[in-house]
Amino acid sequence: MIDKKIRVLAAKVGLDGHDRGIKVIAQALKDAGMEVIYTGIRQTPEQIVEIAIQEDVDVIGISILSGAHLQLLPRVTELLRKEEADDILVVAGGVIPQEDFAFLKECGIKEVFTSGTLTGDLIKFIKENIIKRE
Amino acid sequence: MQIIKDLLDGDRKALARAISMIDNEDPQSKEILKEIFPYTGKAFIVGITGPPGSGKSSLIDRLIHLIRKEDLKIGVIAVDPTSPFTGGSILGDRIRMHEHVSDKNVFIRSMSTRGSFGGISNATRGVVHLLDAFGKDIVIIETVGVGQSEVDIAQNADTTILVLTPLSGDSVQILKAGIMEIPDIVVINKADLPGAGISQADINIMLDFKNKRTWRPPVIQTITFNDVGTQKLWEEIKKHRSFLEKEDLITKLRAERYQNDVLLLMEKIIKDRIWYTVRETAVFEKMIQKINNKEMDPLSAAQEILNSIDLTNHE
Repeated sequence: MIDKKIRVLAAKVGLDGHDRGIKVIAQALKDAGMEVIYTGIRQTPEQIVEIAIQEDVDVIGISILSGAHLQLLPRVTELLRKEEADDILVVAGGVIPQEDFAFLKECGIKEVFTSGTLTGDLIKFIKENIIKRE
Repeated sequence: MQIIKDLLDGDRKALARAISMIDNEDPQSKEILKEIFPYTGKAFIVGITGPPGSGKSSLIDRLIHLIRKEDLKIGVIAVDPTSPFTGGSILGDRIRMHEHVSDKNVFIRSMSTRGSFGGISNATRGVVHLLDAFGKDIVIIETVGVGQSEVDIAQNADTTILVLTPLSGDSVQILKAGIMEIPDIVVINKADLPGAGISQADINIMLDFKNKRTWRPPVIQTITFNDVGTQKLWEEIKKHRSFLEKEDLITKLRAERYQNDVLLLMEKIIKDRIWYTVRETAVFEKMIQKINNKEMDPLSAAQEILNSIDLTNHE
């Protein structure tokens, strides 16, 4: 009886204590039957990548409202590539201006979800885009 | 198997992936557990249990700090509950342990109970084996926040620690069967709150007139945020370990655990076989129909089906 659960790392990166959004997301993903590991606030990209590896997650969802997304998010995807763990789906959310989307996607962030996103859309995106491992 | 070779070579990604395979009951997980077994038996297993919010994760954080000072390698399995309604879970224990993420000799894995009700998950024992084979000297298992009767941890740990908070019950609670019967060490955490001394005295009195055991569980006070009592806790763990080793009780303990393993595995194999043999068969459906029509009772149906199927089949 194989019971493959989707494992998600809900992460807060950098000097940013706003955790209401990520908690709403974590709750929604839990209610969608996923296993959500929450990092807590103020994590470094290095910590996030190491936790993702130890927890063998399928998805990393990073919430950032501090404005440092152009520095911190590419660092996460770069470290994932270095660890050969870039098969993990990375999505971001928070306060991120539209004009930064293209650059972030170039860096390996699969999608950016800003405020007003319906949780159902996020769940659908995750289910459609995670890489199925054997 | 490549994944086992990598794991034994110290590849943490292989370890992480193997844990998922055990947790998911992947078809290859049985082979992994068989192949890994000869490399197990070196790690000392510490179980930490207690009610939700009593400070188990924070205590583990402080223990990791102390254990690393002695240059021992640590694996932590932190279990949180799976929702019985959606199958989802929020695993938040490692928030308290973030200080150790960058330490390559500490490996922390969050697991959810996935339908198990004993305080840990069914896959926990297998994951302990993996961490043990990976070379961890100490494996710490953190149970879900427990109530009165989730005592599976005692069967799975060499030293079981029960973490309580001040005034969480009077002496009658301590007399009751279940959770109060399993600890080798009792911790009154958050001892800066009023009543820590009263709780400690209550528990000490009860432990003194309970059954005569060779090991009398110590009751200690801790405060995690400023490290009060945590060194004492680590000393008590080591004391209990030498007690087990001196009397060679550890061999007996482990033999009992293996016996329990074999029994549980046999139950599981038979259960799976029954399910695979009878599900969606006409006979099974017909029986259910009969019970529904009150022409038959469930017990007679179960007996009849069991008598008619061959359970010696291999899967």
